[in-house]
Amino acid sequence: MTRPNAKTTEEIALGIRRRVFEHAMRNNGGYLSQACSAAEQLAWLYNEALELGAPTLPMVPEPFGGVPSFDNPTYRTGAGYNGPARSDLDRLFIAPAHYALVAYATLIEVRRMAPEGLEMFNKDGSSVEMIGAEHSPGMEVHNGTLGIGFSTAAGLAWARKRKKETGKTWVFMSDGEVQEGQTWEAIQCAAHHGIDNLYAIMDVNRQQCDGAMSSVMEVGDIKTKMENFGAAVVSIDGHKLDEMRDAVQTKHKGKPLIILANTSPFRGMPTLQRRFPRLHYVRFKSENERAEMNHDIARALGVEPIDYGRAH
Amino acid sequence: MVEMVNRPYERAFEAYAVAHPEVLCLSADLTSSCEIDKFRDNHPEQFLSLGMAEQNMLSFAGGLGMAGFRPFLHTFGVFLYRRPYDQLMASVAYPRRKVRLMGFLPGVTTPGGMTHQAIEDIAVMRSIPNMTILETGDATEVESICEAADSIDGPVYCRVLRGSVPRLFDTPIEVGRMRELALGYDVLIVTAGITTEEALRARGALEAKGVSIRHLHLNTIKPFDAQALLDHIGAVKSGVVTLENHVTEGGIGSLVAEVMADNGVGKRLVRLGLKDTYAHGGSRPYLMKYYALDATALVAGVEKLLAQKLGITEDDLVGARVEAVHSNVKAEGL
Repeated sequence: MTRPNAKTTEEIALGIRRRVFEHAMRNNGGYLSQACSAAEQLAWLYNEALELGAPTLPMVPEPFGGVPSFDNPTYRTGAGYNGPARSDLDRLFIAPAHYALVAYATLIEVRRMAPEGLEMFNKDGSSVEMIGAEHSPGMEVHNGTLGIGFSTAAGLAWARKRKKETGKTWVFMSDGEVQEGQTWEAIQCAAHHGIDNLYAIMDVNRQQCDGAMSSVMEVGDIKTKMENFGAAVVSIDGHKLDEMRDAVQTKHKGKPLIILANTSPFRGMPTLQRRFPRLHYVRFKSENERAEMNHDIARALGVEPIDYGRAH
Repeated sequence: MVEMVNRPYERAFEAYAVAHPEVLCLSADLTSSCEIDKFRDNHPEQFLSLGMAEQNMLSFAGGLGMAGFRPFLHTFGVFLYRRPYDQLMASVAYPRRKVRLMGFLPGVTTPGGMTHQAIEDIAVMRSIPNMTILETGDATEVESICEAADSIDGPVYCRVLRGSVPRLFDTPIEVGRMRELALGYDVLIVTAGITTEEALRARGALEAKGVSIRHLHLNTIKPFDAQALLDHIGAVKSGVVTLENHVTEGGIGSLVAEVMADNGVGKRLVRLGLKDTYAHGGSRPYLMKYYALDATALVAGVEKLLAQKLGITEDDLVGARVEAVHSNVKAEGL
């Protein structure tokens, strides 16, 4: 659903890229490319696709409160930024936890976290961790190792179906995860058990840590493979919101629905192409490059260059 | 001769799960091997087949736990932690999901070799924060393992015996409480799982030679009551012998050693178990003899501790139990 009195999904996507750009400039690097490829997906999920209640945690994230243990009964996850765990509401797992910066920027854009939250990113003692943890804003489980997210969501979705809950369980995934065998275990499991209240959107940007997926480990035709493992799959242009809106309407009785969002890792920041194929975490190689990127990306995003001063 | 009980887990799990509908029975293609095939047939709505896909099963179970279910995962112990270790950590242990890992065929209780033998599972699980570890040593403990495991507020790993299991005890597992099987004053013997039966066989012969034995059986390996162990160590003259169906590194021998070292106990300790070695496949009596895990090995351990030969022969060890490699009470060879 589209929320009235709020920014459009396009504006939110642009806002995500701007925030991540600003953060990367100030910190001499960051997950810029993930913002390029995934901005529309996360903007669409939060602004349209997901039914979420109001946040239950403070807009300014509290410091790290310790890990779960018998001696720490007050431990809580970061799921409260997505609203309460209510039977009629949706749940979202961010499976590639290194997209956390982009996810946090999204929370700010949709007014679920204060902008100050991003200033705590990767600071010692903060819950706003660089690789999103269970206790980080918007997170509910650990997904830092890839391949875990869809399995966990399948278990939760099965349980919610058994309990006759109407809320959906969603996973935001990355295409590199199909290199992990667990992904295929999870899809065949979800299909076998008819877990059709399970939804995923996968950022198919064809990039991974070591570079282009085609050079690291070619994965072939993801759509056909997923279909053969039992999922309902729709392949779309991941920067076109109308295609997302249509894709999610696909009938998928007895099967999980996976939307393959084919994306560009430079979308909105074309100058990043110069860094191809090493886009996983962009750290500027020199002050000159930083200044150039600052100028070029700012212009592409329609903002003023960032005054990052002497900070590194 | 002790009473032998056939397939105690089969009945125990069904009785427990039927009474607790939020318990789910998960299987990874070893359904009859884990004595849950009748449960699958009788209660299909409470049974989930997860296939030969343990990584997914562990994370899936984490998802079930998030929604308030208490999944019991059934497969051989090794398959619960070796292949899906990362999933065990991230999806089950860290978030303290109430996932019950029922690990069958602990140590050398399998004719399958290295790939089937959970010989380092205690060492692995002991090092995982939030994990509880229980081990069954007889039919009564198998009959009470479901309730004991399900009483834990967090994940629990259980070493479960199957098939024909002796009845040694008449009271159920009390989590956290070691069994005091003898209260002698010369040597403390600490055992768990199948080695307790071996110690029972050896004890009479040792007592007959004038060695007063204090014997503890552990069914709760983590958390562990260190003070109770210290009190028992303090009550014996000569020291401690541990015997375990596990490598001596990281198992109950290490546990006792850590407690002694942490508390400055200056007594001797002899740790018996697999000595930095894998085993191979074979019958349980063969493997226990070959790898020195049986009553004879325990006598030798006590002799080492006392630095004297006691002249005990095989014939002196009472109640030897001989079990066919392929017993009728097992569903299959494995």
